[in-house]
Amino acid sequence: MSTGMRIATAVLVAVAVLLWAIPGPQAAAQTKKWRVGIVYDVGGRGDLSFNDMAYAGLARAQKELGSGIETRDLEPTAGGENREELLRLLSGEKYDLIFGIGFLFTDSITRVAKDFPNVKFAIVDGFIADQPNVVSLLFKEQEGSFLVGAAAALKSTTGKIGFVGGMKIPLIEKFEAGYIAGAKYVKKNIQVFSEYAGTTGEAFRDPVKGKELALAEYDRGADIIYHASGGTGIGVFEAAVVQRRLAIGVDADQSLTVKPDQRAQILTSMMKRVDVAVYDTIKATTAGQYKAGVRQFGLKENGVGYAVNDYNKAMIQSVAARLEALKKDIIAGKIKVPSDKKQLEAFLATLK
Amino acid sequence: MEYMTSLFSVALLASAIRVTMPILLASLGAVHAERGGVVNIGLEGIMIMGTFFGAVGAYAFDTRFPSLAQTWPNLAPLAGVLAAVAAGLLFGLIHALVTITFRVDQIISGVALNLLAGGLARFLNILLFEKATQSPGVRGFTPIDIPLLRDLPALRPLVTGVSPMIITGVVLVAVSQWVLRRTRFGLRLRAVGEYPLAADTLGVNVYHLRYAGVLLSGALAGMAGAYLAIEQARLYFEGMTQGRGFIALAAMIFGNWWPVGALGASALFGYFDALSLRVVRLPVPYQFINVLPHIVTILVLAGFVRRARMPAADGVPYTKEEE
Repeated sequence: MSTGMRIATAVLVAVAVLLWAIPGPQAAAQTKKWRVGIVYDVGGRGDLSFNDMAYAGLARAQKELGSGIETRDLEPTAGGENREELLRLLSGEKYDLIFGIGFLFTDSITRVAKDFPNVKFAIVDGFIADQPNVVSLLFKEQEGSFLVGAAAALKSTTGKIGFVGGMKIPLIEKFEAGYIAGAKYVKKNIQVFSEYAGTTGEAFRDPVKGKELALAEYDRGADIIYHASGGTGIGVFEAAVVQRRLAIGVDADQSLTVKPDQRAQILTSMMKRVDVAVYDTIKATTAGQYKAGVRQFGLKENGVGYAVNDYNKAMIQSVAARLEALKKDIIAGKIKVPSDKKQLEAFLATLK
Repeated sequence: MEYMTSLFSVALLASAIRVTMPILLASLGAVHAERGGVVNIGLEGIMIMGTFFGAVGAYAFDTRFPSLAQTWPNLAPLAGVLAAVAAGLLFGLIHALVTITFRVDQIISGVALNLLAGGLARFLNILLFEKATQSPGVRGFTPIDIPLLRDLPALRPLVTGVSPMIITGVVLVAVSQWVLRRTRFGLRLRAVGEYPLAADTLGVNVYHLRYAGVLLSGALAGMAGAYLAIEQARLYFEGMTQGRGFIALAAMIFGNWWPVGALGASALFGYFDALSLRVVRLPVPYQFINVLPHIVTILVLAGFVRRARMPAADGVPYTKEEE
């Protein structure tokens, strides 16, 4: 190393040390700036559904809290293998609150939360018990599904309706149980066909299979199909266009985001307000009221519901009053909506 | 008894044909590459490119030339297919350049293509549409009702609303079979895959023919992707190929490296796939049905069912003797 370079290096180091040592002008004066990070589910931003809803919650918090928070959102790779790395990255950078969107985060958040006890975590759709720095944000999907099931049964003219699920897991079976319960509650003799696209995460991104499954159900006489299958459901909508039948969307108000020709076939969507859950959690945390444990978002908390918009208003109008009445009964606890197969059987046995 | 009748319902057959198509097109491509002596396991990646560029092409045409697309509704999907084929050719060219000219291991090049395609599709999708995993929706070809047959009520689900790409695919099988069996190009391509040195001494340009075989495989796999995106899902969605490119390779082996064989094998895969989606009460769990074609493929490869005869120089890079 030449003498010139040595001097240059020494000067650089000295400058760096000085800069680091002198506190920034505002740093001391400012109140705490909360740093909030989100790691999305497979699919990332622009899925027009689950992840975009989470982003909407984050964006709302950013807008309302302004300079009080600083946000960052990250997308895992297509297969989602680097979920844990991204969580660790945010934790290492001293984020205060970190969201994992989707049940697939269950294992990685459990591990990372143990390693970073001072960071607060929130998982959407996943259940992590007994960790002082993790809150599990769960939805009562069965309640929203109950309402769209009732809507489907009331609107069906063939007496047959269908369900297309993504990956066959308890989470998606919750949608199915609620849907069937709602349909049979308002029309005991309705027939419900139920199919799943698969048993791996791939089952949420196979629109080709979704279309074939839906076509099969339409061929068997179903005239309305509810999908809870992520990207696979785009195929269900496409099948509805081909057969000129109806379909029900999920998670977001899908009437707003699909192609115009599919829009006319969407009766309604079962909204799962991930945005509400994300926003509420951020707000509570910044107010110093973060609470670990489990939070449930049902009809009562406005966490689930059915979508009404300009496109489906005319279609849904005839059953809206009935749906509102059912909603009231569920909130009041008069109807206990089943959330799995066993409860569903018990529920159906009580119907006369 | 109910399941016996549903096993051969026309609606099931129609579904089977739709599911068969992408596998068939890609495995036709594989036949051409391997007949010339180049293994192309990059088919899956090329299909991904096909799905992406198929959707991009159709969408771009629709938005750039709305009046043209309105007057001739088939133009936009056609533009999509052409874009997908072009992307397939480009990827085929990369594979050919790397494996034929530079004699890199063909498996490694194929794996690289598969990895590249997945990342590239996501990158371009974010660049063009500002979201990671799906393109905007596109329009498909106007479906065709097959004349005469469409008047038979029993066949209606099978012969009405047929995608023109399905008809194209079936025609391509016949053409490929004829080309490989009867034409000068086909015979030379096969010679190059069997015994390149002999072909070379007779004045056949081994490199040119192998390039042609690989380029054809790229074009056909691109078309397979376009079929998925334009005709089935009507958009590009990340991961929508679901490993069909690899199944196409299995179909090629099962079909003994012949186009007609590939048709039979793909149809078998497609039929079992559709069966598991459609028939409600099967005598065995549907997972068994799903693995059946793959087991048969392994048995074929192992020589239990019948001898698989792969081209003798398949997968072996050819080096011209030093002058």
